[in-house]
Amino acid sequence: MEQKKIQTPLTHEVLAGLKSGDQVLLSGTIYTARDAAHARMVQALDENKPLPFDVKGQVIYYVGPTPTKPGQTFGSAGPTTAYRMDAYTPRMIDEGLVGMIGKGKRSDEVKEALKDKAVYFAAVGGAAALMGKCVVKSEIIAYEDLGAEAVRKLEVKDLPIIVVNDIHGNDLYISGKEAYLESKGEK
Amino acid sequence: MIAIFLNRKGETMKVINYSQIVEETKIACMKMATDLPMDVQNKLEEMRKEEDALLAQEMLDIIVENAKIARCENRPMCQDTGMVICFVKMGQDVRVEGGSIEAAINEGVALGYDEGFLRKSVVNNPIERKNTQNNTPAVVHYEVVEGDEFVLEFAAKGFGSENMSQLKMFPPAAGLAGVKEFVKKVVLEAGPNPCPPIIVGIGLGGTFEKCAMMAKKAAIRSVDKENPNKMLAELEAELLDEINSLGVGPQGFGGKTTCLKVNIEMYATHIAGLPVAVNINCHAARHVKVVL
Repeated sequence: MEQKKIQTPLTHEVLAGLKSGDQVLLSGTIYTARDAAHARMVQALDENKPLPFDVKGQVIYYVGPTPTKPGQTFGSAGPTTAYRMDAYTPRMIDEGLVGMIGKGKRSDEVKEALKDKAVYFAAVGGAAALMGKCVVKSEIIAYEDLGAEAVRKLEVKDLPIIVVNDIHGNDLYISGKEAYLESKGEK
Repeated sequence: MIAIFLNRKGETMKVINYSQIVEETKIACMKMATDLPMDVQNKLEEMRKEEDALLAQEMLDIIVENAKIARCENRPMCQDTGMVICFVKMGQDVRVEGGSIEAAINEGVALGYDEGFLRKSVVNNPIERKNTQNNTPAVVHYEVVEGDEFVLEFAAKGFGSENMSQLKMFPPAAGLAGVKEFVKKVVLEAGPNPCPPIIVGIGLGGTFEKCAMMAKKAAIRSVDKENPNKMLAELEAELLDEINSLGVGPQGFGGKTTCLKVNIEMYATHIAGLPVAVNINCHAARHVKVVL
C-alpha cells in the first residue's frame, strides 16, 4: 500500500489531505505524553499556567518508552491505549494540538472535537522495537519525576502510522470492520 | 549441625535454593520481554497466509517483523513490559531454603527489569499510584501438588489487554449460548484496544476468584496445543471461528485474524451459578515456563 510522507508541524492543508485508512510515514519533532502528564497539563491550563511546550500545530505520541539501553538511541516505543486520554483531549485540541498517535478507540466527544481540526493516528500496538528505532533524538522536557510518563521531545524519522480518525469525521475502526464484513457478504 | 529432611517415603527431599529462584526469575523476565514464544510467532505467520484483507496483512507483517527485531537486537518487543505473574507449582516433597519463594521471585523481577532495561510499570497502590521503581511486587499464585515438582510459570502482562478483560456470574439458565454470547461481546467491546490478534483465555465454572484465575491461566497457555478435554477442544475451535468472523482484524482495522487461539479452563461449580471469565492476552503473548 502507498505510504504518504508527512513532516511536523502539520498544516491544515496536510491535515485535510489525510484520509482514514491512509498509511503515513511521519518525520520531525513530536512530543510524548500519557496519563499522568495529561492530568498535569490540563491542571496547568486550569490554573492559567503555560503548557510545558507549545502544542499549536504539534503531534502528541501516547507512549511510555522502555529505558534506553547503552549504545542505542531510544528504547522500545509502541503506542499506549488512547481512550485513557479522552477526558483531556478536547481541551488539548482547543489549545491547538493537531495530531495524536495512540491505539484503540476514541470517545464520541473526542471524535467530535477532531472534526476539521485534528487527526488521530494509530501506531501498531506492540510493535515497539520497530518504532523505537525510528526515534533519532530524544530529550526530556518536563515532568521528569514521572519516569516513563515524562514529557519527551522526540525527533522521529519515518514513523509508520495509520490515519484512524481524519478531520472529515471518518473512523477506520468502524469503516474497516464494516468493509471487511461486506466483502464477506456478512453485512 | 546439618539437618536432613525426608519425605513421607523416607527419601531425601528435593531442595531448591532461594538464589536459584532469584536467578531463574531474572532470566525469565529478560527473556520474556525480547523473545516472543515461537508458538505465538508460528501461529501469526500461519494465519497471515490466510488473511485476505490488505491492511490486515500489512499489520501482521509488521508484528512479525517487530518480533524478529526484538529477538535479534535484544530489544523489548513492546514498551509495556508488563506486570509479572507467576504460577508456582510446588510438590509437597520440595523444600525451599534460604528465604521465602515470594521474596525470591520479587528479587528476581527487580533484577531482571533493571538489568534488562525494561519499563517499570507497577505502582504501590491503585489510589496513590507511586511507582515502586522496580516493577515489584509480582502477582504470585501457588499450587501445591504431590511429588517433588517445582515449576515456575511466568507471564508479563501488559494492561492494554488486561484492562479489556471481564467476568460475569451467569445463572445456570444462560447455558452454553449465554457463555458464547458473552465471550464475543467482550471481544467486540475490546475491539482494537488490546492489540489484536489476541489470545482469549476463558475460565468456566468454579467460584468468582477461581474463574478469574483459570481465565488467566488459559490466556498464557501455548497456542499450538489442543485442549485434552474433547468438549472444550470443540468449544475452543467453535469460538475461535466465531470470533474471527466478527471482522475486527489485526489492530482493529478489519480482517479475519482477530484471535490466534481460544483457551478454556473449566472447573466444577455450584448448582446456582455459571461463572465465566474472559482474560485477553495481546499478540505479544509473553510466557516462560521454568522447571527446577
